[in-house]
Amino acid sequence: MLHLILFLFFGAICVAGAVNLLAQSHPINSALSLIVVMGSLAAEYLLLGAEFLAAVQVIVYAGAIMVLFVITIMLLNAGKEERTQGSRVAIVLGIPGVLIGAVLVAWTLVGRSSTTQSVSIGALWGAPKDIARLLFRDFLLPFEVTSVLILIAIMGAVVLASRPEGGARGPRKDEG
Amino acid sequence: MIPLSYYLVLSGILFVCGVLGFLIKRNIITIFMSIELMLNGVNLSFVAFAAHWHALSGQVFVFFVMVVAAAEAAVGLAIIIAVYRTRETLNVDQVNLLKL
Repeated sequence: MLHLILFLFFGAICVAGAVNLLAQSHPINSALSLIVVMGSLAAEYLLLGAEFLAAVQVIVYAGAIMVLFVITIMLLNAGKEERTQGSRVAIVLGIPGVLIGAVLVAWTLVGRSSTTQSVSIGALWGAPKDIARLLFRDFLLPFEVTSVLILIAIMGAVVLASRPEGGARGPRKDEG
Repeated sequence: MIPLSYYLVLSGILFVCGVLGFLIKRNIITIFMSIELMLNGVNLSFVAFAAHWHALSGQVFVFFVMVVAAAEAAVGLAIIIAVYRTRETLNVDQVNLLKL
């Protein structure tokens, strides 16, 4: 019973943050509500027993990635978004289309609900020890490939964000 | 005990909110945040299925999704900064050419 109450509480916070992200017109407000969504998702992960993922969610998503977003918003001095003709067309066509898709997904879920049983809570399936065993044994090659991906992403970010003035783009590649 | 469908419905709501933001938002940074919201919704369904089937590899997949999302955020925000330097705007309606 307590699990259900906690699930509903954090789920309500999560949905409220997501709706607030859509409703706000200033990007910094959207970024802060996205942090709320990610924090409550970490609590949902804890309810599912994924303690390692909850910690990673807070550190990587709510910490690193969102700091990157907030810094970019402040660096570019992003103001309120202005409405144009194209955005009104997107609202008129987009909202019904997305709602139809959502109803289809919900209909499929409810129709197959006989196969979905209860999720066992608190079995501590995401202990860091078990994840590490899986990550460094079965998924060792993908793990190493992601390190190469991160390296390429760092170099790409440095090259893309460097100032192109004075033909400095070529030599900058060597620095990064 | 919480039914699995509750978690799937929550992740579906998050994904739909992300798609909606992707469609109706005009600020390129907010569009990028909507993509992150969609990734979070998918991650929640991964974790719920991992707990349901007692398969820990679902959580490892979420870990990889987070790593790829971090790389994507770094490169994407660098692209946004480069676009802003050349166009002086963040509105996607005015960024309609790939050419600099």
